[in-house]
Amino acid sequence: MNTLLEVNKVVKQYGNYVALNEVSLSVPQGSIYGLLGPNGAGKTSLIRIINQITMPDSGQIILDGEKLQPKHVQYIGYLPEERGLYQSMKVGEQCLYLAQMKGLSKAEAKKQLEYWFDRLGIQGWWNKKIQELSKGMAQKIQFVVCVLHKPKLLIFDEPFSGFDPVNANVIKDEILALRDEGATIIFSTHRMESVEELCDHIALIHKSNKLIEGKLEDVKRQHKTNSFEVGVLTDNVEGLMFDITQKFTVNPAHFKSLNKELKLEIQIGNSLPNELLHLLTQRGQVTHFVEKIPSVNDIFIQTVTK
Amino acid sequence: MSIISLIIKREFFAKVRNKSFIVMTFLSPLLFVGIAVFVGYLSSMEADVKRVAIHDETGLFVNEFMAQNTEDNAYKYFDFSQIDNQFLKDSITNNGYEGILVIPKTTDVTELENKIEFISNASPSISFIENAQDIIAKKLTKINLENAHLDTLAIKKAQASVNINIAKTSGEQGLKGLNEAKIAIGGAFGYLIMMFIIIYGNMVMRSVIEEKTNRIVEIIISSVKPFQLMIGKIIGTSLAGILQFTIWVIIGLSLLFAASVFFGVNVGPAASLPPTIMENTPTEFAGTAQLFIKELWNLPIASILIGFVVYFIGGYFLYSSFYAAIGAAVDNQTDSQQFLLPVIMPLMLSVYVGFFSVVNDPNSTIAVTFSMIPLTSPIVMLMRIPFGVPLWQIAVSIALLFGTFLLVVWFAAKIYRVGILMYGKKPSWKELYRWLKY
Repeated sequence: MNTLLEVNKVVKQYGNYVALNEVSLSVPQGSIYGLLGPNGAGKTSLIRIINQITMPDSGQIILDGEKLQPKHVQYIGYLPEERGLYQSMKVGEQCLYLAQMKGLSKAEAKKQLEYWFDRLGIQGWWNKKIQELSKGMAQKIQFVVCVLHKPKLLIFDEPFSGFDPVNANVIKDEILALRDEGATIIFSTHRMESVEELCDHIALIHKSNKLIEGKLEDVKRQHKTNSFEVGVLTDNVEGLMFDITQKFTVNPAHFKSLNKELKLEIQIGNSLPNELLHLLTQRGQVTHFVEKIPSVNDIFIQTVTK
Repeated sequence: MSIISLIIKREFFAKVRNKSFIVMTFLSPLLFVGIAVFVGYLSSMEADVKRVAIHDETGLFVNEFMAQNTEDNAYKYFDFSQIDNQFLKDSITNNGYEGILVIPKTTDVTELENKIEFISNASPSISFIENAQDIIAKKLTKINLENAHLDTLAIKKAQASVNINIAKTSGEQGLKGLNEAKIAIGGAFGYLIMMFIIIYGNMVMRSVIEEKTNRIVEIIISSVKPFQLMIGKIIGTSLAGILQFTIWVIIGLSLLFAASVFFGVNVGPAASLPPTIMENTPTEFAGTAQLFIKELWNLPIASILIGFVVYFIGGYFLYSSFYAAIGAAVDNQTDSQQFLLPVIMPLMLSVYVGFFSVVNDPNSTIAVTFSMIPLTSPIVMLMRIPFGVPLWQIAVSIALLFGTFLLVVWFAAKIYRVGILMYGKKPSWKELYRWLKY
């Protein structure tokens, strides 16, 4: 897979404060790339550098094989976390203005706007002022402005905040559709369930440093602890427990089931899962046997609190 | 269409379509003319004639006062010398008289100097007292001269009055009243620039704050450079300002004209002519007026107008950059006060220097120095231009102004660039300095 965006040892300092410390990332073409990190980690600093709002102190950024330069603003669509539009300007006029700033001609901008307004079912809003719209409605407009010029790279900072579940779903479908049409998406958020659902790559930034980067499955694989959740129906609980604790580390587990079985979380270390399974089947009826894969949330908390 | 012209267009229309802009544009001239007409009406109204009783026991002065009773005089004097002083004091103020002037009987008239009293309920106006003193002093002097057996006629004849005529080395005749016209023209243009800078500089600042508080600025500067946004904003706002001023001038002049025709109120230029000219005899007056108008045409009108445009552009841009940087540094208008003071100060200073120093001597060291300093030159130099300024001084002053403008824009853009992305804290001067180094 080709790399669309390459961030190479980028350093950014504000006075004595280091916001980014030699951060390197590579965002594959056509991926949905989750940029994760606690508040103040340096995500926004990095996003602003990619948008050429600020310049890095050192390091370089390669977009589509070229060093980042002013003409690239046309290839990027940016939805900042802090949303805002001119309150007293009309929706249509405002969208045209912002689209022209991204290099679209007025006619092309109008054509694209009609397409998107139609697609999102907001045709009637053209002559409304932003201050007449609800927050969620204004967010929709902002989303349209962000994708209007068909950018190769889309940067969404908390795209779902402010949307009700129905509209959040609409936006999620649009993001997936854009990816299918070939756009690459950088997705910065705190909402781990949406990362889990959408992202195929993630990077985690903490205290100005990149700590984790890679394909979601690879990251999960690296972070798994070789634990299994098991449920066993048995008459001889003590015997079973004795056998297992001889070989493995055991903790009580909590999962929902219909039976009143013994629920355990067992770390098998370097042993094979079959060894555990064999042991269990000897002592009782196995009703539940699942490898515990860490969620992005677990990885996040584990890494950040380490 | 280039990005800057796109921004200029948006800023211009955002200002012009604003309701308060439209209201102010059409209401201000009405207010202004309303006030002018009201003042004109008040001053053209017949003032109430004030009645003053004269109780002159010497009998020497009463006729001098009675001679003042013409129709134009705001005071009318009544001779009550025969009526008892005490009775007068008790009754006269109750009967609609302003007060009593009591001139007591003395053995020697020279003793009168400090013995005359004016008795009234309210404090009399200074001009009335001065006038009365003048009348009495003249009469007393005359009496003294006569007592010394001096020929008063001969003395009057011997008194000389001097009037220096002003001429230039080129041989043209000058007119003293013209200096007032030069002051008025220079002052008006200087004042106009100051007003424009304050009003529209504030507008630039408000517009920056608005973009910052509603957070659209982040989207915009992901497409354009902050510098482009700042310059576009300054130019767009100035165009809206020029439009507003043009409308004001047109509406104001036509309303003023209509009002003066309708009310017959004297609000035209004749009202501001120096009073000395009005007092002259008609033929003399016509001659002076002709000379006056001729001299006005001889003023460096071209350099005044070109100077106005050049200094206006330079000054407005210089100050607007400050305003834009301040707007970027703060989150709301209340926080802007501490940074605005140093911006307003040089403006005030230049107007004061203009009215106190330039008027006194257009080529004094103070006037020349302040017409070179970029922050004050737009106003001070404009006030000097009608009096004639050497070309090299204008050249140096303009070069300094525009050089400083470039420097300030560079600094302002740096503060602007950092400031528009900083939320939630009120920066200190120290912090602004640090932003320059980011």
